[in-house]
Amino acid sequence: MEILMSILIGFLFMAAVYLILSRSLLRIIIGTGLLSHGTHLLLLTMGGLGGKSAPVLADGITDYADPLPQALILTAIVISFGVTAFSLVLAYRAYKVVGTDNMDLMKGNEDND
Amino acid sequence: MFSINLVILIPFIVAALLPFTYRRFKKAHLGWFVLIVPFVLFVILARLIPSVASGKTYVHTYEWIPTLDFNFTTYLDGLSMIFALLITGVGSLVILYSIFYLSSKESLQHFYCYLLLFMGAMLGVVFSDNLMVLYVFWELTSVSSFLLIAFWNHRQASRYGAQKAMLITVSGGIAMLVGFIMLHTMTGSFSIREIIASISEFSEHSLFIPAMILILLGAFTKSAQFPFHIWLPDAMEAPTPVSAYLHSATMVKAGIYLVARFTPVFGADEVWFWVVSIVGMITLFWGSFNAVKQTDLKALLAFSTISQLGLIMSLLGLGSIALQFGYSADSVLYTQATFAALFHLINHSTFKGALFMVVGILDHELGTRDVRRLGGLMTLMPFTFTVALIGSLSMAGLPPFNGFLSKEMFFAATVHIMNVDIFDLSSFGIIFPVVAWIASVFTFVYCMIIIFKAFLGKPQPEKLDKPIHEAPFGMLISPMILAALVIGIFLFPNLLGQYILQPAMSSIYPTFGDSADLTPKISAWHGVNPELLMTIGVIIVGAILFKFLKLWKPIYGLFSSRFTFNALYSNFLASAVSKSNLITNRYMNGLLRHYLLYIFVFFIVTVGGYLFYSKAFAFDISTNAGFRVYEVCLVAIMAVAAVSMLFAKSRMTATLLNGVLGYSIAIFFVIFRAPDLALTQLVVESVTTALFLLAFSHLPDWKKEKLSKRTKGINGIISVAVGLLVVLVGLSVVDFNQFDPISSYFENAYELAGGANIVNAILGDFRGFDTMLEVVVLFIAGLGVYSMIKLRAKKEDENIEDQ
Repeated sequence: MEILMSILIGFLFMAAVYLILSRSLLRIIIGTGLLSHGTHLLLLTMGGLGGKSAPVLADGITDYADPLPQALILTAIVISFGVTAFSLVLAYRAYKVVGTDNMDLMKGNEDND
Repeated sequence: MFSINLVILIPFIVAALLPFTYRRFKKAHLGWFVLIVPFVLFVILARLIPSVASGKTYVHTYEWIPTLDFNFTTYLDGLSMIFALLITGVGSLVILYSIFYLSSKESLQHFYCYLLLFMGAMLGVVFSDNLMVLYVFWELTSVSSFLLIAFWNHRQASRYGAQKAMLITVSGGIAMLVGFIMLHTMTGSFSIREIIASISEFSEHSLFIPAMILILLGAFTKSAQFPFHIWLPDAMEAPTPVSAYLHSATMVKAGIYLVARFTPVFGADEVWFWVVSIVGMITLFWGSFNAVKQTDLKALLAFSTISQLGLIMSLLGLGSIALQFGYSADSVLYTQATFAALFHLINHSTFKGALFMVVGILDHELGTRDVRRLGGLMTLMPFTFTVALIGSLSMAGLPPFNGFLSKEMFFAATVHIMNVDIFDLSSFGIIFPVVAWIASVFTFVYCMIIIFKAFLGKPQPEKLDKPIHEAPFGMLISPMILAALVIGIFLFPNLLGQYILQPAMSSIYPTFGDSADLTPKISAWHGVNPELLMTIGVIIVGAILFKFLKLWKPIYGLFSSRFTFNALYSNFLASAVSKSNLITNRYMNGLLRHYLLYIFVFFIVTVGGYLFYSKAFAFDISTNAGFRVYEVCLVAIMAVAAVSMLFAKSRMTATLLNGVLGYSIAIFFVIFRAPDLALTQLVVESVTTALFLLAFSHLPDWKKEKLSKRTKGINGIISVAVGLLVVLVGLSVVDFNQFDPISSYFENAYELAGGANIVNAILGDFRGFDTMLEVVVLFIAGLGVYSMIKLRAKKEDENIEDQ
């Protein structure tokens, strides 16, 4: 299963990088979202996918999933949500002000800073 | 006991207080208040003269960063005493002078703040025993000098001069720092005293010569030695009190101090002797030669300072030869060069300080320093003239002034050096007296220029903006005190020799036993000898050259201005700016895509390279969890969703695909026994999708990107490479077992944190602060979102940007 997961993560990263390299701000934002999805899965896979139950201490349970990656991922999910929300609104504001979501046009030039 | 550390700190403390208190000094000039600082320090130090003269030294250590061997250790001995007295003594006189020079309309609080900063830093340089602390103070003097030169920062020349001084002295300082670190590598100590004690074991060390050269670079740049002298004339843009203080009496002598301080460390080496004395000699000649052609009196004094610094430097080089012979009657003769260096150091500060103040008076009262517009001031400014006469004649090396004594000793030292038969001196030794004599002739000529061109001859009131009048008395006090010292030292030189110079000699030659042997009796008349004949020759030839100045002055036209060191500096600076602009603009082009490409390529090269290089890639499927059909289906769904995202035709499709991915991940979390994650992911994904849909009505359409084939290709290759690399990293990490997992610590969650849900215990307890800061991040993001939406309405109404 780890091999399959690794390959899936590779797909996610590939798609994310391709989107991030495009010109449209919207694609870039979706790309970063994809990148965080990939990272979350990578963290989970790194910790090993074994474990018969959730990491909650209870009588008779000894084999449970690694809690540390889960804690990291939980934090990451929340932060990436914040980032996505912020950049979406930023894109919206930028589009209102400059009238484009094309990054190459947004950079302006020396005459028009 | 009164700690020397405090002496260093007091100016800093007062400087720090000045910005808060200066408003209280509305009526009186701020200088009167500041004057107390150097004066009190001078008195404190002067009280220690007798005990230092009797051979006592004061060490005080305050541990700063003991683990790194950085200690704030102060060391007061004869050598640091000379400099400390100059810093505080000349400092007092300069501040007194500045009270009359600078009007209350100038931003005095800045001026005196910088000046005190400099004073503290300079005291720190001469008192520090720890090399690292010394370095910090050293650079601080450069910084304060920068601030003071640019005091009138509305003038372009001031800013240029300040930058030039800063660049040259700081680059030298960094070289010196490297030299210090090399010394530490060799000897294992940052303490100058410990290094002096142990250096003899390391004279064959491969770092010995590099360390010496680097430290000398620091000293030469600071003391404006050839070819680094070019910053000093431009530094003359500073207010004259600053020039008198920093750029003639103290800061430029920091290099002299460093060379004197390190003479016991490196002095026994042949390289030291040649480099220090030859560089000093060249500087001596070049400075005096160039001083003659100057028409601005301050520039003339700047070149004269360069020349005199070269003289002192070369004397220190000549004196170091004594260390080659060890302690004997012969070597005591050679130490007289060092003695002359220290003696001339003090003399130079007196007469040059007085001369700078005189030039300042002319500038202040008459509005010009150009000799072509001056003349005949003798009768109209009698006091100023007297001081100028005393200063100039002393500088020219005439009796009855202190310059005569040290100049004679200088000639004597160069004559003695011809008799040494090591270091090839029997064949090359003759250059020293010859260069010294020629340079002295030029020195005589420019001293005559000051006297004859500015003060004698016909007055030219029509060329001046202001009527010729004597300076106010207050402005004359300081130069007159200095002029009195010029004569006083001539009359009682041995008092100075015994109390001030002798203890310094024992600091420079610690192995030479009784320092009383190293202190020659200074006398004005010692029969007819080579030195006296040389002085007489200087006067005769100098007078002839001065008389026929017009005839030979065209010589200076032979030096094309294109091949000077100044041109080299300017070209270097200009091309450094334009070249780095060119390079930076090439890659910092404002295109986000390019920046991201750099990041991804860097990631591929470093991570991929390391994976390949360290052969870390390995995987083993035996420990893997097994496959289940629904898991495989989920993987397939996600992979397809991710790839088809790239080909999505509308933004609605993209959003839906994004949702598919997010919810699939939530299912994965369920499968892999992470219920908290699954819940969070579900909530977040729902909100994100809603947010996307909301924002979409305000965003432009999802257009097909028109990219060139090449761009598409590059993007494709990079993204495939990143994806592949992540797969490899993921696979190798799964079976990575070099370290024990740290999760076992958190498994005691119930005992440690009182929670059975380990993930929650980590977030809420073990890493509670992280979670709190995470909330702060969300809060800030929320603020950002809110303000970006809110600000719009107002901005568009007023339309500020178009106005």
